[in-house]
Order: sequence, then structure tokens, then C-alpha cells
Amino acid sequence: MAELDTQPRHAGNEGRRFSLPVILVLIYTGVLLLAPILAITWGALSSGLGVAYRELSSPDAVHALQLTLILGVSASLFNAILGLCTAWVLVRDKFWGQSFLNGVVDLPFAISPVIAGLMLILLFGRGGWLQALPEALGMPVVFALPGMFLATAFVSLPFVIREVMPVLRHLGTEGEEAAYTLGASPWQAFWHVTLPAIKWGMLYGVSLTFARALGEFGAVLVVSGGVSGMTETATLFIFRSMDDRNYAAAYAMALVLALISFGLLMLIELSKSKIRQR
Amino acid sequence: MTSPALEPRDVEAPAPALSPAWGKYGLRTMAGLYLGAIILLPVASILHAGFEQGLGHFWQSITQPISIQALYLTLTTAAVTTLINGVMGTMAAYVLVRHTFPGQRILNALIDMPFAIPTLVTGVMLVILYGPQGLFGRWLAAQGIEIVFAKPGIVLALLLVTYPFTVRSVQPVLLAMSLDQEEAAYTLGASRWTTFWRIVLPSIFPAMLTGSLLTFARAIGEFGSIVVVSGNIPGRTLTAPVHIFGLIESEDRTGASALSLLLLSLSFTLVLVVDWLQRRKDTARGRA
Repeated sequence: MAELDTQPRHAGNEGRRFSLPVILVLIYTGVLLLAPILAITWGALSSGLGVAYRELSSPDAVHALQLTLILGVSASLFNAILGLCTAWVLVRDKFWGQSFLNGVVDLPFAISPVIAGLMLILLFGRGGWLQALPEALGMPVVFALPGMFLATAFVSLPFVIREVMPVLRHLGTEGEEAAYTLGASPWQAFWHVTLPAIKWGMLYGVSLTFARALGEFGAVLVVSGGVSGMTETATLFIFRSMDDRNYAAAYAMALVLALISFGLLMLIELSKSKIRQR
Repeated sequence: MTSPALEPRDVEAPAPALSPAWGKYGLRTMAGLYLGAIILLPVASILHAGFEQGLGHFWQSITQPISIQALYLTLTTAAVTTLINGVMGTMAAYVLVRHTFPGQRILNALIDMPFAIPTLVTGVMLVILYGPQGLFGRWLAAQGIEIVFAKPGIVLALLLVTYPFTVRSVQPVLLAMSLDQEEAAYTLGASRWTTFWRIVLPSIFPAMLTGSLLTFARAIGEFGSIVVVSGNIPGRTLTAPVHIFGLIESEDRTGASALSLLLLSLSFTLVLVVDWLQRRKDTARGRA
């Protein structure tokens, strides 16, 4: 994607550092992105660090953050492993229906999160095709953790596949073939040759997945029922706090999520620059 | 991924790029089941639910005045967003590639921010800034300008959430472009603007189109940032995704499914067009 490390290139008048388009872009980005970040920091901290800390250490807030992390980690792991297999199949394998499967991967990008949640309710709810499954498993899906996991996994599914595929394609098969010739098993070839070569692509995909999972709201809102202290994630906590006009809690939690996102953004930028170096 | 113990391989045989047949079919099945269970099955269930009570009912659901107004609002705000971010995103990509200025790296990283920040948090940020009690909101309200709980708030939220799409579509194309033609234009005395308009723009137009279509597809589905910013007044600031949420809450699953299907087919068509555009670009590059 962004490739700033490769020398920025010029044609024409280089002397003007702050020409009109540069100024326009800086103002636009400043108003659109920078101002809101400053606003949330101000909003969360204006009534003092103590207030923010107190709001965040309430049992509901702690539980919400824990639940968000559990969902984020489990959905990322799930999509990392199965996404890697799928990326491998889509790049290296050849079979009937492959381009169809490739198109299916993009569907979650095109589907509104609310609609994703609705789908799960339709599937597992009254009269749904899989209505019997929760009973057979002995645990509820909709308005419970499994449904929230499925919703999170759905919306964050494409990232690993879409980021690992180009890296795998670029890598080619020479290294693996060499490993096979030297007597390596497929597993050894994968573990010692392929995985080290695609690790930054994986990290890129997984950080995007985690960021998306962490911030998921619409799908989880529809599926969870949002019972505080039970099925309430961090985003649902913010939403409920806004509704209750408990702005201190909403802003403090929003700042926490924003800070985690920044950490992830740095990981994203790091992995992007590492991929570029190859 | 089979364990070596189960899959003894003949080391002497010419090594295939693919793992042995069992592993291959296993992986294929795994990928198929994964995408089938997580994506296809839910999509099929909404198709089923939307048309369950017949086409007439489907038509009735989507032609409710509230639904039509919500759809209209969603499409118009998405169109305005696409237009503004199409222009500003292209300009940002151009500036990032063809100019040097202090803070360029920070700007480049900042543009990815909407990918990382939860959309609900985006909405909260905008309320803090422009809400009636907000930092600028109070001043704006005194001037009689309403942003939050009105259409400008919706557009602002959409602009923020979709900012990276055009930039990240156009930037790589600009980077890959050879400078020869631009330099020739400058040598012949063309201004920066003429050069951009006559030389650069035609080459990056497909990428702009891709970015704009992605922006539009993303914008018509946006929920998290809008639900806190728009105030959700039916007929005025109620967008289609928020309306769908309301329908789900009031247990009108057929209505929700019908409107969802409409939105879904629209955004999916856009994604298909993007896919087609990209494949065309790839084949064009392959020929060159």
C-alpha cells in the first residue's frame, strides 16, 4: 500500500514545500482526523484522571474490556489459522469454483455490520435453519457469547486472507521445492520456509483483524442483547453509557479503545514497511 | 496440514509444489467449510428470510415511506461523501507521492487511522467536538449551524470513516507511474495543474474509480459512527442501516431482511465491479 520509504519522486518545482495542495490536504486531514483525536483525549481527561480511572475500574467496565479482549483474541486466532489455510488454497491450489470462493471472501466488506448480526439471528433464532443446533449443543448462540464470536469472526474474516495472499503469491514455490528436495516434510517446509517468509504479512493481517474485532459494534449489538456485566463488550459499554448520559464513562472507555487502536496502527505500519522491504 | 508421520513421502521423487493429495484435499475442504459456514450460510439465510413471504411482501417492506426516506438519505449522504473524499483523497495521495514536506510520514500513517479506530469511537469523538455541549458545537450552535443530530454530522462521520479508501487506491498507482511523461510536459512549459489534468489524471482515473466505489460501498453500510451522531430522527436523519436496526429491535424480521437485501445487493454489486476493474488492470499490466 503506502510506499513512502521509496524516495518520494518529483517533477517540476521542488522548492515550494508548502504549496497549495499540501496545505489543503494538511488542513483537511487535521480537521477530519487530528481534531477528533484531540477531542477524545480532552473529553476523557477534562474531568481529571481520577474520574476516568474510577469509571474504568467499575465492574461493568472491567468486564466489558475483558469480553472485548476475549472476543478479539479468539476471533483473531480463528481467522488467522483458517485464513492462512484459505489464502494458501486460493493461491497455490487450482480447482473448480475457486474464483467463486475468492469472491465470497470479500462479502463481509460489503455487508453492513447490522445486517451481519441480523443474519445470525435469522440463522439461529426462531424458525432459523440452525435453530436446533444451540439446543443440541446445550448452549445458547444468539444473545450469548457464541453468537458474538461468530459476528466478530464474520466481520473480520477477509483481512488475513487478503493480506497474506499477495505475500504468498510474491514468495513463489522455489523455497518450498528446495526444502522438499532436501527431504523436508510438507509440515517442515511450511514451518521452516513458508511461515518465516510470510510472517509480516500474517502480522499485518492479524493486526487489522484484531483492530476490526476490537471495534466491532453493529453486529455484536444486534446479536448480544447487550446485558451489562454479561454480554456487554467495550463498544456496547460506550453506547449504553452515552444513552445513560454517563459521558465520563463513555469517553474514558472510548479513549482506551482509541489508545489500543494506536498501538495496533503502529504494528500495522511496522508490518507494512517490513513487507515492502522484501 | 498433515503430520509427517501420517504422510511418508518419497524423497527421491521430483518434489511437487503442493503437499500430497490428502493434505491438499483436506485444506480445500477446510477453506470451503470455513467460508461456507461463516459467510455463505448466513447470507443464504437472509435471502430466504427476505423472500419468505413472497415478492409482494418484499416490495411492500421496501416501499414503506420510512424505508424509502432512509434509503434516500443513505444514498445521498454516501454520494456526497464519495465525491468529497474522491477529490480530497486523490489530492492527498498526489501530495504524499509527488511532494516533500515536513510531517509527511506522520500524515501517511495518520491516514490509516480510520482502519484501526472503532467506528463507534469515531462517532463519540464527533459528538465531543460538534455536539450541542461540544468544544466547537457550542460556538457553531450560536452561529445557527447544526452538525450533530443533522445531515452534516452524518456526512462528517462518513468522511472520517472512508478517508483511507481513495488515498490507498490511488497512491500505489502514482508510485508505479513513470515520470517521463510528466517531465516532458514540464519541459514543454506546462504548468503543474495542466500536467496533472492532462497527464496524471487520465492514468490514475481507474484507481480513483476503485477507491470511490469502495468508499460508497462502505458508506451505505456504516452504522457505528452514525448511530451516535445522527440522532436517528425518522424521515430526517434515520439512515438505512440504523432503520434496519430499529426493525430488528421491533421484531420485524421480514422487513429488516428485505431492506438488508436491497442494501446488500447494491454494495455487493459495487464490490464485484471493483474486483472486475482490478482484474482488468492486472491483465493490462500482464500484457505490457
